[in-house]
Amino acid sequence: MAKEERDPHTGYLTTGHEWNGIIELNTPVPRIIYFFLGAAFLFSVVYWILMPTWPLGTTYTKGLLDSDQRAYVDNTIKQAALQRADWTARIEKENYADIQKDPRLMEVVRETGRALFGDNCAACHGREAQGGKGFPNLTTQSWLWGGTPDAIAETIRVGINSAHPETRTSQMPAFGHDGMLKSNEIDNVVAFVRSLSNPSTKDLPAAKVAAGKTLFAANCAACHGEDAKGNSEVGAPNLTDPFWIYGGDAQTIETTVWGGRQGHMPTWESRLSALDRKILALYIVGLRKPNP
Amino acid sequence: MIAELTTNERQTALVILLALAVTGLAMAIAGQGDPFGVHGALVMVVAIAGVFTVISGYYAPEPSDSRLDSYYDTPTKFGIVVAMIWAVIAMFVGDWVAWLLAYPNLTFDAAWSSFGRLRPVHTSGVIFGFGGNALIATSFYVMQRTSRARLPDQLSPWFVLLGYNLFCIVAATGYLMGVTQSKEYAEPEWYADIWLVIVWVAYFVLYLRTLARRKEPHIYVANWYYLAFILVVAMLHIVNNLAVPISWGSAKSYSLFSGVQDAMTEWWYGHNAVAFFLTSGFLGMLYYYMPKRAGRPIYSYRMSIISFWGITFFYMWAGSHHLHYTALPQWVQSLGMTFSVMLLIPSWVSAGNALMTLNGAWNKVRDDAVLRFMMVAAVFYGLTTFEGSFMAIRPVNSLSHYTDWTVGHVHAGALGWVAMITFGAIYASVPWLWKRETMYSPRLVEVHFWLALAGTVIYVFAMWNSGIIQGLMWRTYNESGTLAYSFVDSLVAMHPYYIARAVGGVFFLLGTAIGLYNIWMTIRTAPRAASELAADRPVLAGAPALQAGE
Repeated sequence: MAKEERDPHTGYLTTGHEWNGIIELNTPVPRIIYFFLGAAFLFSVVYWILMPTWPLGTTYTKGLLDSDQRAYVDNTIKQAALQRADWTARIEKENYADIQKDPRLMEVVRETGRALFGDNCAACHGREAQGGKGFPNLTTQSWLWGGTPDAIAETIRVGINSAHPETRTSQMPAFGHDGMLKSNEIDNVVAFVRSLSNPSTKDLPAAKVAAGKTLFAANCAACHGEDAKGNSEVGAPNLTDPFWIYGGDAQTIETTVWGGRQGHMPTWESRLSALDRKILALYIVGLRKPNP
Repeated sequence: MIAELTTNERQTALVILLALAVTGLAMAIAGQGDPFGVHGALVMVVAIAGVFTVISGYYAPEPSDSRLDSYYDTPTKFGIVVAMIWAVIAMFVGDWVAWLLAYPNLTFDAAWSSFGRLRPVHTSGVIFGFGGNALIATSFYVMQRTSRARLPDQLSPWFVLLGYNLFCIVAATGYLMGVTQSKEYAEPEWYADIWLVIVWVAYFVLYLRTLARRKEPHIYVANWYYLAFILVVAMLHIVNNLAVPISWGSAKSYSLFSGVQDAMTEWWYGHNAVAFFLTSGFLGMLYYYMPKRAGRPIYSYRMSIISFWGITFFYMWAGSHHLHYTALPQWVQSLGMTFSVMLLIPSWVSAGNALMTLNGAWNKVRDDAVLRFMMVAAVFYGLTTFEGSFMAIRPVNSLSHYTDWTVGHVHAGALGWVAMITFGAIYASVPWLWKRETMYSPRLVEVHFWLALAGTVIYVFAMWNSGIIQGLMWRTYNESGTLAYSFVDSLVAMHPYYIARAVGGVFFLLGTAIGLYNIWMTIRTAPRAASELAADRPVLAGAPALQAGE
């Protein structure tokens, strides 16, 4: 027979069992536990009555509140769109110049554009839109495909060298790799190109720069222009300003001329609505700083 | 180790190892050019090493019958040391990935070092490597003592432990090669899963055989929990891993389920893995080591019954709360939510029963870091189960879901509850197992306790802050009615907390490493006199069984 003993500390009886020195008290379950069990069960029963919960073969109990999370989400989204309608309708309809003149609309553009830019553009162009190696700085006056809101919105829509059928296409040939220019010729072109944006570069021998200028006119000017100020029709960058996508040092320019460049930007037409793209274009224009 | 096996067992071991070697060879041939083949070669090498080990000890004299006069503890000793080694490795990887989240460039551009591959090494390493080994090792110890019966043979415990660790190694090396089913906490592929089923069934059978030999009239609570752990984990593992390999020579398989059914199966598994692996098993541990160490009776047998059946019943329904606001039908979500709420009561009854057991022994809690580990574990168990039920409520979940709050919750449970109770149990059993007076350095146990507690608190607070900030940022709208923050903004806000979390992890890891050192040094010090240990043995088959209560 089990021998039940009284625990001197708590005053409760043991169950009379012992395992390897471990004994158990036969303490009754405190009332409060039954109360909480009952309360939790009651909460559940009420919830079951009100909300969809129990399966019934091919259907389920719908609950008295007739709650449906899909309908709820659809409805909430509609409500939210309705609340935004006063300004969304205006941005969708009005032209860029008119929107830019309206400080209230531009406030919306700054608020909304910031998050849109962070979620969609910042991965390449950086949180502050300062760009990085291979990704243009969007806060400058220098634009590959044009810096008007219209041009920017179009770039966002079709992308650059993207999968979009109307994509902007641009490719700089690999002058060295494909044998169009010899190594010493590339040196000369590089010297000339560097002298364009940095006239104070004293270490460049005048003869090299002059030779480079001739080569530039023959090989590069078709895209970059006689004056090397670029051509936004073909996405050719301006080489006379201090902004560089891949880098303006001799080494990087040489790499560029040798191997060519072909940047990529995805198309956003199927990912962002026309409204969002319009907001982004306006937002990006607003980031621009005057030339240093 | 081989000397402890009978000749018969040595032969059986050879047969098993040879069969394993042949399987490994077949895998290596069939899976050439695939990670499957690499794992085949690994299995073959391990099995052949095992064959040589058995052969080298094959002609050692058989163990005498006097062995039956004592509990068989060598597998437990092995399991405890291996668990601690897994703990150090897996927590190191955990802290590594914590730094990786704060500084993503630390992958050094290698595939194996990417977050996606290292993270399961951490999770499987701590859950299965550390937790699993500790559970198996302590279950062998506890079931023998609470049944007053020696393990039925010497080979099965080794098969279970070594086979289990082979599974862990195949899993972890597979992750680094990119082998994964992409199911959280069930990442290992089909062949590793099949092997684990074999090992697990052997474990279950071993447990039942020992219980069947028991000399106590009643089955102690700890055994209920250990058995629930073994039985339910087998069921979960088999169902969730039903899959079809794309060929017999490939590691890749496709799940039997698809879409939302697959997600629901996965979280039915995932949540019950938390329940029956990380809760039931460790409650078994608590139910033995805490009263033993405190020298106090379990506060209430009746509360044990309520909490055991409450936990076992309610947990099964709760998994769908991992899929709130997803494609899962709403009724499944709300049903899971109500069961998650009810689950709180038996969980708190367990935690309360544990803490009330310490009544009359609080002075020991103050003085003894080992018991304090167990006390803090019970407190964190209570906190985490409350938090879990709270987060399962749909509106709360809409804030917490996908944020670091979840990560903080998991670690409150994993560090505060699972690891703390395990450290307590291990520190309690190491001197008992190796017949020492105390641990090599009780002071280092104290140091470990405070490092572990500080690490846990830093970690959990960092993730609470980070998670709630993140959740709020994701749902904040500006006056125009559009989202106020981009996702990157929330990453910037989380960065300092990520660093804090990684620092908390360093504390915890450091404590674990000190623990391993302390255990190692305890093993190396001299044993105490044999006479003191005379009572620690099973009742022999010939002797009359003890009456209940004696």
